Order: sequence, then C-alpha cells, then structure tokens
Amino acid sequence: MEFTTFTFYVFGAILLFAALRVITAKNPVHAALYLVLAFFAGAGLWMLLQAEFLAIMLVMVYVGAVMVLFLFVVMMLDIDLARLRSRFWSYLPLGATIGILMVVMMAMVLGGRYFGVDALPGQTLPPGHSNTKELGRLLYTEYVYPFELASVILLVGIIAAVMLTLRKRKDTKYLDPSRQVARKREESVRLVSMPAEKEETETPTERGSQ
Amino acid sequence: MLNDFVPPDLYPASAEIFLVAMACAILLIDAFFGAQRRWLTSSLTLLTLVGCALITYLTMDAQVVLTFNNLFVDDLLSDFLKLLIYLAVIVAIIYSRDYLAARGLDKGEYYLLVLFATLGMMVMVSAASFLTIYLGLELLSLSLYALVALDRDSPRATEAAMKYFILGSLASGLLLYGMSMVYGATGTLEIGGVAQALHLGVANETVLVFGLVFIVSGIAFKLGAVPFHMWVPDVYQGAPTPIALLIASAPKLAAFAMAMRMLVYGLFELAEHWQSMLMILAVLSIALGNLAAIAQTNIKRMLAYSTISHMGFLLLALMSGVVGPDKHFALNAYSSALYFVVAYVLMSLGAFGTILLMSRPGYEVEHLEDFKGLNQRSPWFAAVMMAVMFSMAGVPFFVGFFAKFSVLLAVVDAGYIWVAVFAVMFSLIGAFYYLRIVKFMYFDAPVDAAPIRASLDMRFLLSVNGAAVVLFGIFPDALVSLCTYAVLRSL
Repeated sequence: MEFTTFTFYVFGAILLFAALRVITAKNPVHAALYLVLAFFAGAGLWMLLQAEFLAIMLVMVYVGAVMVLFLFVVMMLDIDLARLRSRFWSYLPLGATIGILMVVMMAMVLGGRYFGVDALPGQTLPPGHSNTKELGRLLYTEYVYPFELASVILLVGIIAAVMLTLRKRKDTKYLDPSRQVARKREESVRLVSMPAEKEETETPTERGSQ
Repeated sequence: MLNDFVPPDLYPASAEIFLVAMACAILLIDAFFGAQRRWLTSSLTLLTLVGCALITYLTMDAQVVLTFNNLFVDDLLSDFLKLLIYLAVIVAIIYSRDYLAARGLDKGEYYLLVLFATLGMMVMVSAASFLTIYLGLELLSLSLYALVALDRDSPRATEAAMKYFILGSLASGLLLYGMSMVYGATGTLEIGGVAQALHLGVANETVLVFGLVFIVSGIAFKLGAVPFHMWVPDVYQGAPTPIALLIASAPKLAAFAMAMRMLVYGLFELAEHWQSMLMILAVLSIALGNLAAIAQTNIKRMLAYSTISHMGFLLLALMSGVVGPDKHFALNAYSSALYFVVAYVLMSLGAFGTILLMSRPGYEVEHLEDFKGLNQRSPWFAAVMMAVMFSMAGVPFFVGFFAKFSVLLAVVDAGYIWVAVFAVMFSLIGAFYYLRIVKFMYFDAPVDAAPIRASLDMRFLLSVNGAAVVLFGIFPDALVSLCTYAVLRSL
C-alpha cells in the first residue's frame, strides 16, 4: 500500500468516526468539537488531493470562525438533549432512508456517464506546483472583474444588514465623544461663593423648648 | 507565469468604475453629513447617474469590445440598454423622493442600494460570461431584497421582502445549477465560448438540455413569467410604492439583456429546445396575467398581473427569433422584443408615477376606487394615466400598441399564427381592467376631494412621461429604428 493511500484511509477513518460522534455525542459542546475534528480530517483529505488552499481555508474559515461561533451559540442556548434524544429512534428510519439515498446519488454521480470519474479524469500536478499561488494569480489578473464584483456584493450585504438592524432608539442613553471633548469648564462647573465658616444655627430642640 | 498577463482595458467599463467610486464616496458623505442634509445624498446620486450616462454616451461606438479576459462586453446593445436604465432609475428616484421623505424613509441607504442595483443591472447588461451574469444578478437582487424591506416597521413589507428573498434565492440556485451543467458540458463559461463549443458539437447533449431547463426557469423567475410568477403580486403589493416602481421598471431591461445574452448569444444552437419552453411560459403568462388581473381590487396587484402578461409578450418576441430548421438570427424578433421592453418600462413608470403622485402622507393609493373622479381633481394627470392605461391595453396610437403589434408581427413571421391569435384574444380580455380605471377616473364621482400636491420636478417629469407614451405611439419610427440598429450592431 502506498503511503498516500494509507494516509487517505487514516484521515477517512478519523472523518467517519468524528462525523458519527457528532450525532451520537451526549454533550452538544462535544458534538461541536467532534465537528471540528471532522473538518480537520476533511482538510487532510483535501491536502492529499493537492488542494492545499482549500484545506487551509477549511481550517481557517470553518474551524477558526464558523465553529467558534457555533460553540458560542451552543453554549448560550439551553439545549435539552435528553428530550431531543428521546425521539432518536423514531426518526431513524427517515434519516437512514435519506442517508441511503445520498449514498446512491453519490455513486451515480461518480460512476455516471456524464460527470463520472471516467468522463472527467483528474489531473496530476507537477511537484512544486502551488495551488495558492495559482488561485491568487487568477483572482487578481484574469478574474479581477468578478472578484471586485463579489466585493461590491459583500458591501451591499453590509449596507443592507446595517439598514435592517440599526435602530436609533430615542430613549437610550449614549455618549457622544465629540461633545465630551468639546465640553468647556464654563458649561459644567458653577462657582458659588460660600462663606468660609458656617453660622451657628439653633437646634430644633432649643427652638422647641422656647 | 505572471509576465504574460496583459492588464485589462478599463475604458469600456469606465461607467461602471465611475459608479462604484461615486457610490463609495456617497456612502461616506452620507454617513457624515447625510442625517441633516439628505438633499446632498439624493442630488449626488442623481449627478452620479447623469455622469454615468454622459460617460456611456461619450464612449459609445458600434464596435463589440471584449475586456477583462472576455468577461465584459461593450456593444451597442449594452450601451443602449444602459442609457435606458440610467433614465429609468433617475425618473424613479425623482418620482419617489417626496413620497419617501414624507414617510421618513428617505434614508441614505435607499440611494446607495439604488446605485448598487443600477450597477448590478449594468453588469448584467454587459456580461460576456455566465459568471458575470450571475454576479450582476445577485448584486441587483440583493439590493432589491433590502429595498423591499426599506420600511422595516411595516409587517407587509417585511413579509414581501422575505418571500422575495426566499423565492429569489431559489431561482438563483436554479440558474446557477443550469450554468454549472452547461459548464460541465462545454467546459467554458464564456458566452462566446459556449456558443462555439455548441457549434462544434458536444458529447453529452442530455446534460446541456437539463442545464437549459434550469436556466430558462431562472430567467422566467426573474422576469416573473408563469409558473414562476408567485412573488410578483405579493412583492408589488407589499413593497413601498417607490420600490415597486423601481422593481417594475429598470430591472426588466436587465432581465431582457440576461435572456438575450444567455439564450440567443450563448445557447442559440439549442433554440429548438428553448423555443418551445418559452412558448409555453409565454402562453401561460398571457392567459393567467390577464385573467387574474380582472379579479384584483388593489391597483398594485393589478399592475403586477399586468406585468406578468407583458412579460409573456416579451417571451413571445424572444421565442419567435428562430424560424424553421435553419437557425439564423431573426433581427425583427429581437428588435421587437427590445422595443417592447422599452415601451413597457415607459408605461410602468407612468402608472406607478401616478400612484405616487396621488399618495400623500397618511393616505396610500391602494384600491382601484381611489382613482374615482381623478378627472375632476386633476384633468391633466387623469389624461396622463389614461394614456398609460390605453397604451397598456394596446389601444392604437399609443406606444404599447406598436410594441404589441411588432411582437405579434414577429410571431406571425415565425409561423405561429395560432399563438398570435391567442395573444390578441387575451389582450382583448385584458383591456377590460385597464379601461375600468379610465371609467373610474372619468365617469365616477371622486371619493376623496383632497387636491393633488406634488413638487414641480415630479409634475414636469410625469407630464413628459405621459407625453412620451403618446408621442412614441404616434411617431414610433425613431425608437424602432434605434432598437433595430442596436440589435443589428451587437449580433
């Protein structure tokens, strides 16, 4: 067995194990962490396919950003797993059917006439070929126009999100830093001349006795 | 590896670059000064659009120029459509300003999203690749989804935005799926490359036809053709009227360009397949649009169903471009399609403009009855609305008549006489609901006697709009020959 084949099976086994644990783990935090492990194993598989950029992105984006967010959500939500788990077996037939369907579909795609492994054979890249460099070159030269358009689409997304969610409530108190800085002494401090010593006042008891 | 790269020629895309730069500048200006001085944002937006129009006009020539590694095309058709898009957007902004200001909706985001939607349309219009078509479409759609939800305290607007967003994403997915199949079959995303690959013949035509079905569904959704029309009435009714006006006008030009680029320029070899698909969509749209519009009591829903039937006519025109087994570009069919969509945008602007004119703070024109007695309140604008309604109904010597007439002529030329007869029959049925509004305006007593107030620029522009509906109907030659020339030079 070649070394790459061996590595493939190792990563594949880890991936399958982690994916299985995602749905069987009792603790939702553990499930999320197993998903992270599954992503790492998937990144390893991509690395074997010489798609190192995708592998790095999977780790950076999904593990670094998406899953951390996921963990926060999982920790904040009060998920009653026992209740969710109680119907595990009643959902199993449906889930299994969908799973089998997906396996059949994948088999049809891979062995199919139109997009199968035979119709679209993979290429072996020469050693030292940099996927990342190639992608970067394409993005900033030949595909610079769609790349810029994608950035404009993201900008529209930001504007729309701000428009839909930012509310200026009139009853909230907030600080205006420029007003704070521009504040003068005269506006806020009032000098009152007071006599240095207090005049002696009569106590109520004395008044009452008179 | 890097040395063989030739920097792209930016000159054909100068209008787009100007628009992006100005939009970013307006974003900052509005963030700092916009809160008190909204007029600054709106006039800068209008100036930007005028600037774009100047740039497009000055860089216009009759040559087909490809740039950005064959992702962007600058031809006469794209320049012509871009000029019309700027015009439609400018008119839409001017119609909408007072309405939005009176309801506290004239946020800076409105102007920015309108600008980005315009950019999306421009990208779609001069797309030379399936990739850029998709990106332009997403840019346009995302801006429109957000604009529909502009009045976020209105539950109806939010619901409409949600429906539009979900159905629109589904349609984008369909389109993308179709594109990926075409890519799988031909190995390229460039429209010219796809056409060439199809001409030479590809191994698996089954995949290609599957992809075509998805692409046609995506186009039909974006146009609002039956059976992908469900979003149109809800969005028109739920969205604030200025946004409905925007959706009903300029994006139709971009959708026309999208259909032209993908079906006629890219997948022309598959014409016998998409021809029958378009015919089914067109016949269904004309029938359902006209029949359902009769039952409406809400003016915006009525206009939505009228849009659906008009889009059916547009599909008829696109369909009749292929005659018989020998495939050649039928010039008159595509130029009549272009003429039809231009006429439709003109009428749509006029109809929604009148609705905006009659609305005032605290009073929305929603029902057909609101038009009762408009003649007594404002004879001039009643006449404008009458011209628009007659034109939509296809009464002779209005622009809509010649638009429908040229489409029907192309359909008959293509040999589908029964389809033309069917379209005429349903146009006659459809005339009922347009004429009902005219009857309300002229022969019924007003239910609401408030005088009609509007700013001078809006009154002027709406008058020009109404006059254009009449004048292009009496003298259609100029516009027709312009459309023919634009299509001829771009094939």
